Amino acid sequence: MGPLMDAAFCAAWLEAAALAVAADRERLTDLDAAIGDADHGANLDRGFSEVRQALAAGGPGQPLAVAGVTLIRKVGGASGPLYGSLLRAMGKALGESFTLAGFAAAFQAGVDEVARLGKAVEGDKTMLDALGPAARAVAGAVRDGAEPRAAFERAAEAAREGALATVPLVARKGRASYLGERSAGHEDPGAASSALIVGALVTADGEA
Amino acid sequence: MKKLINSPGEVVGDALKGMAAAHPSLRVADRVVYRAAGPRAGKVGLVSGGGSGHEPLHAGFVGYGMLDAACPGEVFTSPVPDQIIAATQAVDGGAGVLHIVKNYTGDTLNFELAADLTEGVEVAGVLVDDDVAVQDSLYTAGRRGTGATLFVEKMAGALAEQGAPLAQVARVAAEVDGRSRSFGIALTSCTTPAAGKPTFDLPDDQVELGIGIHGEPGRRRAPHAPARELAEVAMDAVHHDLPLYGDLLVMVNGMGGTPLIELYIVFAEVEAYVRAKGARVARSLVGNYVTSLDMQGFSVTVCRLDDELTRLWDAPVETPGLRWGR
Repeated sequence: MGPLMDAAFCAAWLEAAALAVAADRERLTDLDAAIGDADHGANLDRGFSEVRQALAAGGPGQPLAVAGVTLIRKVGGASGPLYGSLLRAMGKALGESFTLAGFAAAFQAGVDEVARLGKAVEGDKTMLDALGPAARAVAGAVRDGAEPRAAFERAAEAAREGALATVPLVARKGRASYLGERSAGHEDPGAASSALIVGALVTADGEA
Repeated sequence: MKKLINSPGEVVGDALKGMAAAHPSLRVADRVVYRAAGPRAGKVGLVSGGGSGHEPLHAGFVGYGMLDAACPGEVFTSPVPDQIIAATQAVDGGAGVLHIVKNYTGDTLNFELAADLTEGVEVAGVLVDDDVAVQDSLYTAGRRGTGATLFVEKMAGALAEQGAPLAQVARVAAEVDGRSRSFGIALTSCTTPAAGKPTFDLPDDQVELGIGIHGEPGRRRAPHAPARELAEVAMDAVHHDLPLYGDLLVMVNGMGGTPLIELYIVFAEVEAYVRAKGARVARSLVGNYVTSLDMQGFSVTVCRLDDELTRLWDAPVETPGLRWGR
């Protein structure tokens, strides 16, 4: 079963994700400039700033659910509703305290929600190419009886590899799909930001 | 890159303040642009929206004969559901509301979420996807909505003004989209206020073929050429997808940074192309209507008219961006 985690871990994850997005804002926007419209870093940074404000306001609700609703309501674009739905689905599934197995199931539920809303599958050159492998890595770690720290490290690694594996792909969904064959040769900005956010799980676990 | 802004984060809010101050016919509240006169009982309401940076689309088309409300997002970023819900509820005159949505993942997601969450209003939607530069298939995001958005907003707006019911307004809006095709060519990239530098580098002797309206690169690069040849590339792409015959509505649209004199040069070539195919430019529009910030270049949008659509195009319209007949 592993140790219990709680809502404070979720808040720490969101804080770490916000810092990671802010730090890599320019890189995300540059990736987006190559095959999109050059605003992914700016939009996501704006969204996570709103998330930090919403959490600092200290209202009720699971932090991931609060963050999800905030991203859906404040960010716009595709990344707002998609990341928002990921986090909201996770928050709804997790509650106040949970095991690593519970986290793995919630993560997969969130990823499924992203796929449903975005009408995308892995291999379309989207954030799912990082999120899908990451969710499977956490589930695999649970089966192996791993501690949360090891599970999150495996998830971060899987997400990074998944993001890099988008480089040769031709985009079938999202704004990069308009470029057709020219979208190949570039890392997908959504997959890159997903890898950052999953990577923040490791940071959050180190602090919790 | 020099910009006439106060700060990158305030661009949309500051521009909306200016629109409200310049046009007493508009009312701006919580990032939604409304007709100041409010909804009319029994009239279908028209709501559109999308990222900012395409002005006058969409807010410049709010007024008699076109939209009831526009929801501007951040630059090149779709609006959020809260804006769309508020607009939908405010413009309902009891006959329901049509959402006019350009086919981009962000726009469709946010409009779908808003339609699901809007209570007590009958909502229909039309997706605009006229850009032939994008290869369409079952497995992709599909074609982008570009210039035909103006045609849909104008003709559906005229029909709504005449008191047609929601189902009919939605049907005609979809028909206008189905009869319309666009293709765009860029001479330069554009510079978003947030990035402060051009989205892509384009050498002086090259053009981007098949661009959208967000400064994203096109499908391929080609050597720069005289207007006649560029117009032919665009019209070949349109004609290949929608054979040109009969009476056409043709828009030569500037991307924001192109002088009108050059757009007229392009229009002359487009008109000659249409004539050579045995079709006729029955109605036309030349100017900056569906723009991409400061991008230089043009798009051409063609709609195959019938008598009903011609009447709807000719019907009176009074908005900041388009006005005639009233």
